[in-house]
Amino acid sequence: MKRFTITIAAAVLTLGLAGCDENEQKAENTEPAAPQASSTNTFEEVKARGVLQCGINTGLAGFAYTDDNGKWAGFDVAYCRALAAAVLGDPDKVKYVNLTGKNRFPALASGEIDVLSRNTTWTFSRDVKLGFTFVGVSYYDGQGFIGRKKLGVKSAKELDGASICIQTGTTTELNLADFFRVNKIKYEPVPIETNEEARKAYLAERCDVYTTDASGLAATKSTFADADKHMVFPEIISKEPLGPLVRQGDDAWADIARWTLNALINAEEYGVTSANIDEMLKGTKNPEINRMLGTEGSLGEMLGLPKDWAVKALKAGGNYGEIFDRYLGEKTPLGLSRGLNALWSNGGILYAPPMR
Amino acid sequence: MINRTTLTNLWFNKRGRGYLLQLLVLLGVTTLLAIIASNTIANLQKAGLTSGFGFLGDQAFFDINQRLIEYTSQSSFGRALVVGLLNTVLVSSLGIITATIIGFFAGVLRLSDNWLVSRLITAYVEVTRNVPLLLQIILWWAILTSLPKIRDSIPVFGTLFLNNRGLRAPAPVFEPSFIWVFIVFIACLFFTFLLLFWARRRQRRTGKIFPVGLTALALVATVPLIVFFSLGQPITWDIPARTRFNFQGGFNITPELLALWIALATYTGAFISEIVRAGILSVSKGQSEAALSLGLRKNQTMRLIVIPQALRVIIPPLTSQHLNLTKNSSLAIAIGYQDLVSIGGTILNQSGHALEVVAIWMAVYLSLSLATSAFMNWYNKRISLIER
Ligand SMILES: N[C@@H](CCC(=O)N[C@@H](CS)C(=O)NCC(=O)O)C(=O)O
Repeated sequence: MKRFTITIAAAVLTLGLAGCDENEQKAENTEPAAPQASSTNTFEEVKARGVLQCGINTGLAGFAYTDDNGKWAGFDVAYCRALAAAVLGDPDKVKYVNLTGKNRFPALASGEIDVLSRNTTWTFSRDVKLGFTFVGVSYYDGQGFIGRKKLGVKSAKELDGASICIQTGTTTELNLADFFRVNKIKYEPVPIETNEEARKAYLAERCDVYTTDASGLAATKSTFADADKHMVFPEIISKEPLGPLVRQGDDAWADIARWTLNALINAEEYGVTSANIDEMLKGTKNPEINRMLGTEGSLGEMLGLPKDWAVKALKAGGNYGEIFDRYLGEKTPLGLSRGLNALWSNGGILYAPPMR
Repeated sequence: MINRTTLTNLWFNKRGRGYLLQLLVLLGVTTLLAIIASNTIANLQKAGLTSGFGFLGDQAFFDINQRLIEYTSQSSFGRALVVGLLNTVLVSSLGIITATIIGFFAGVLRLSDNWLVSRLITAYVEVTRNVPLLLQIILWWAILTSLPKIRDSIPVFGTLFLNNRGLRAPAPVFEPSFIWVFIVFIACLFFTFLLLFWARRRQRRTGKIFPVGLTALALVATVPLIVFFSLGQPITWDIPARTRFNFQGGFNITPELLALWIALATYTGAFISEIVRAGILSVSKGQSEAALSLGLRKNQTMRLIVIPQALRVIIPPLTSQHLNLTKNSSLAIAIGYQDLVSIGGTILNQSGHALEVVAIWMAVYLSLSLATSAFMNWYNKRISLIER
């Protein structure tokens, strides 16, 4: 009965959100996903299903986009792949569900997805009230603004009377309201559902500036034909720690999701890369590495996973640093520097607990 | 004669059996719904997802661009929902009125003897009816947002400004003495009704026609104007002025509202025109021939003979078009018009109270629909009385 009623609730939700779901499920595996019941054992469900259902963006350069082969790729997608590899042994066993800022939480709550990896800010109320568990921070971000250079605006405080594009259902719209109230200036919010719509509205000058996470701004700007005519203001008005999240109350699954992320970060710290991992598997002098790769100890077993779970996860797309460089780094059109997201040992704040 | 009303007897009675079966089905459905509801609530409670409607009093913390009532980010979720509801009501009412007017004209004109006119109308009806509404909404939005930018706004009559952020118009500011103009206006309307009543009775008794229309127009249009000027024009205008980014002052009709309005009105207008055409065709030719041979003029025949009879056929399906329009207005979300569904979705997302918000959505659309039907049913009854 329980399964049944939650399915109905989920169906009602989906109906209620009609208008957004055109974006949903245009991912590669298009068999209609009957929303799964929120169960206390997502791990078993994923294994039984043989596919990880991962919630991602509707499309954001660098984070989740379709590559030349029509496959989903990007920083957020790489995490889905690593998790699928750790759990199912195959990074391709992922069904991607594209979600807007608004419908991502109902999708996770109803069990339509097993994990949400979609530029989502870890906040108190999402963690406590909405009933989710954030498994870590994969990108330390902050909210910024992008505007045309010819506006001659240097700071968001000069935006009195401006029209501002924002994505609804985000922390962005809340921060923006706070910021303008505190600074006692007025603005016209232009609410938008997806980043692509925001891009269109901004380029059509429906709004003077677009505001979202600074990483998202860099991603969006990288797709402009006349990118040099626009600038991201140096000002950051909020803290946006982005990371993957799962349903609350399923600790075993949350552990798997958390330690997969930690393994990617620790691997960078220990110098394990997709290039040298096979070499390292023969045994190293560093016991941390050996435990992580399963050549020593029994970390995998503790999670209920095979010994080589982390090896599989790392082979899916490399360690954190490799993933960052491939999709977001200075050599990509986004050109983001590591900044806060450098390892703690390199002047950043990225710090994963030890593998022991 | 049924003396014993035992169950068996009831079963063998055809009517009784009907009632009994209906009762059983009703009971079954209600029980099922009750089980689903209580289960859902229990499960959601267990998942920490629900706690009643108390959250509606919590602060919303987000801003809304189009608000018909006072609202800030400090206001409550409940108030935000009301803002959304009013936006839904606004666009639906504008849409219903415009669609009905378009529908009537298009329906009548399609029957016109003029080949070009009737073909043009046919093209309009076929195109708008057969392209999905969502696409039309997005198309209108795309057109309206590709209008000239703010700095190249097209001035209309000097004080209206059309640009890709909508239509900015001067807003009237009424001075206190304006109330007299209003009172006189109402009085004139009232007097017009009296006149109408009197003229009808006189015509029935004596057959003499009194030109009510012209008199009423003269009355309602001129008298309040005279009062208005003699009071020294008690209206000032808040004229839009250009600021650094936008216009300030006056009021703005956003491209989102305009696009939704135009799309809903033209789409539903096409359906209504077909209903009107069918209604007119349903009145037998003999009726207008008889009227014409009695010496009524062509437009009189239309107004006095054909339309009243056609209305009886038109009203019921017209009602369902009005209901459709109201429900279709929830496609607003596609272009970011802040209607009930859009704001409800934001609240659902920010507060996590999914079930409550969905319940509110359903309750509101149900009541809006029931209210529209009730009004149209009342009107339908009135119209039907014309039958003799
Ligand atoms: N981090 C914020 C904002 C997240 C957000 O919506 N970001 C935008 C731009 S960075 C995005 O991912 N858009 C992609 C899409 O529309 O699918 C939150 O969690 O509320």
